[in-house]
Amino acid sequence: MSRRERYNLMIGLLFISPWVIGFLAFLVYPIISSAYLSFTRFSGFGAAQWIGWGNYTRMAGDALFWKSLYNTAYYTLLAVPIGVVVAIVLAVAMNQRLREIPIYRAALYLPSVLPIYALSFIFIWLLNPRYGLINLVLHWFGVPPIDWLGNPDWAKFSIVLLAQLGAGQYALIFLASIRGIPQTLYDSAEIDGASQWHKFRFITLPLITPVILYDVIIGLGLGLQVFAPSYIITGGGPVNSTLFYVYYLYNNAFRYSQVGYASALSWVLFILSVVLAYGVFRWSRRWVNYEVGS
Amino acid sequence: MESKSLERPRTPDPRRSARNRGLWISRIILIVAAVLYVTPMYWMISTALKGPTELAVYPPTLLPQEWHWENFSKAVGYIPFGRYLVNTLVITLFSVIGAVISNLVVAYGFSRIQWKGRDLIFGLVVATIFVPFPVTVIPLFVTFAKLGWINTFLPLIVPTFFANPFYVFLLRQFLMQIPFEISESAKVDGASEWQILWHLILPLARPAIAVVAIFAAIAAWNDFFGPLIYLQDESKYTLSIGLQMFRSTHQVEWSLLMAASTLVVLPVIIIFLLFQRSFIEGITLGSIK
Repeated sequence: MSRRERYNLMIGLLFISPWVIGFLAFLVYPIISSAYLSFTRFSGFGAAQWIGWGNYTRMAGDALFWKSLYNTAYYTLLAVPIGVVVAIVLAVAMNQRLREIPIYRAALYLPSVLPIYALSFIFIWLLNPRYGLINLVLHWFGVPPIDWLGNPDWAKFSIVLLAQLGAGQYALIFLASIRGIPQTLYDSAEIDGASQWHKFRFITLPLITPVILYDVIIGLGLGLQVFAPSYIITGGGPVNSTLFYVYYLYNNAFRYSQVGYASALSWVLFILSVVLAYGVFRWSRRWVNYEVGS
Repeated sequence: MESKSLERPRTPDPRRSARNRGLWISRIILIVAAVLYVTPMYWMISTALKGPTELAVYPPTLLPQEWHWENFSKAVGYIPFGRYLVNTLVITLFSVIGAVISNLVVAYGFSRIQWKGRDLIFGLVVATIFVPFPVTVIPLFVTFAKLGWINTFLPLIVPTFFANPFYVFLLRQFLMQIPFEISESAKVDGASEWQILWHLILPLARPAIAVVAIFAAIAAWNDFFGPLIYLQDESKYTLSIGLQMFRSTHQVEWSLLMAASTLVVLPVIIIFLLFQRSFIEGITLGSIK
């Protein structure tokens, strides 16, 4: 290494040192520490007591663990695909030459930047069986009142619905990607007599697959970590139907003083996230198209 | 929209009617979606202005019959709103300072200086985006507790001074586009990397820095989980957890809760409308493969 190279390395590391320190202190150390804690019985105070695989075997027989895992899978498997479809539909619609697009863009994106806790409060009131707007509108169409948050099946679905308010943000990312597709592709397809649907199916859709992958990966991560909406709206109920994984982890760590068990839960989530993300990346090789870059 | 697209020659085309139909279908989809997406805000404001008797009327009224503006002052008095506002602002302000300084410096190191192993380590930065936060939260809590930081703003502020992968990525994308000749000629004149960053790059990177500042401000203002676990004393609450107090009594004061929510959401809406372009640049830049 020349003097110049060595100097650059030193300066480069100096500039990124805030990240290095943060990476070690706020990521590497906690991950290792929670791995250790996951093999202990620990109340949060005093000394942690080594119990080997105890927390992990306990998990296997813990009905609430399985329940929360099921709820989270249900939520993620519903919220993510619906979110992708909604975002693509909105993006394709916004790609039309309509003069009032900026209004739609603002309206659709705005909920994405609003605090989730405020949206959650509003949702409780919107979905109120008697005084909520949603049941009122349904009533106009002759739909009998729905007990959105009191019925276990509807409660989970209500939280899936709330998540869709975030689809506007992804719609804009899709829109940027669609606008990056060369117009010549559409022009030549038109000469060949392609219909609107064919143009979407064989040009637009294949070329936005990288963004679909991005949306799925991010959505999957956020879906597995869903917490605030059920904490605020339903408190995990009714009958634990909205007790999501991170909520159960939170309860163990910060309510039941089962910090060791909660650490084991966090590691299972970590492994699950990595495996799922890896699986999606592997699977994406079959359908993501990197041919034409924008 | 660019005028270019509007000037396309409009020749009579057999497919034109199909395209017009497409336009109208899109318009209808967008109108319905836009109405649905602003409904929560409309219902929030409408409820915030209703009086207690009107709130108990079935079927609910779409617009308040009487406009109870005093709900806002009542809501502010119902909880220590001013105190929580100040707390939230302090955390937000320091988070923005931390995010801007640390991410700019780190992104500079990842883009404007050539050093061995740089792009490899940058790959690591990006990979950390995928680590789920719950796996770090327990040890961090234990550590912050040992430091005596529970019930202070420090666990919410200090980490922002140590860079965030998303913002580093965003700023790096931007800094890479600035011509490298600028740095080279400054170096010939004897400027250090540090001087180049502050005197040459910083002014040029302002749009990207604005994006990071806005995102960091919104993230701090909206944060719920952090304050929930780290702030236990009521006088330390932020607005995000303070608003729960409207529900702590046996009966929820919906008009007041919605009035308080309106006050919390309003600054976000204003910032959003003022800086919409920055928001869109931020999310689309951040997603480039």
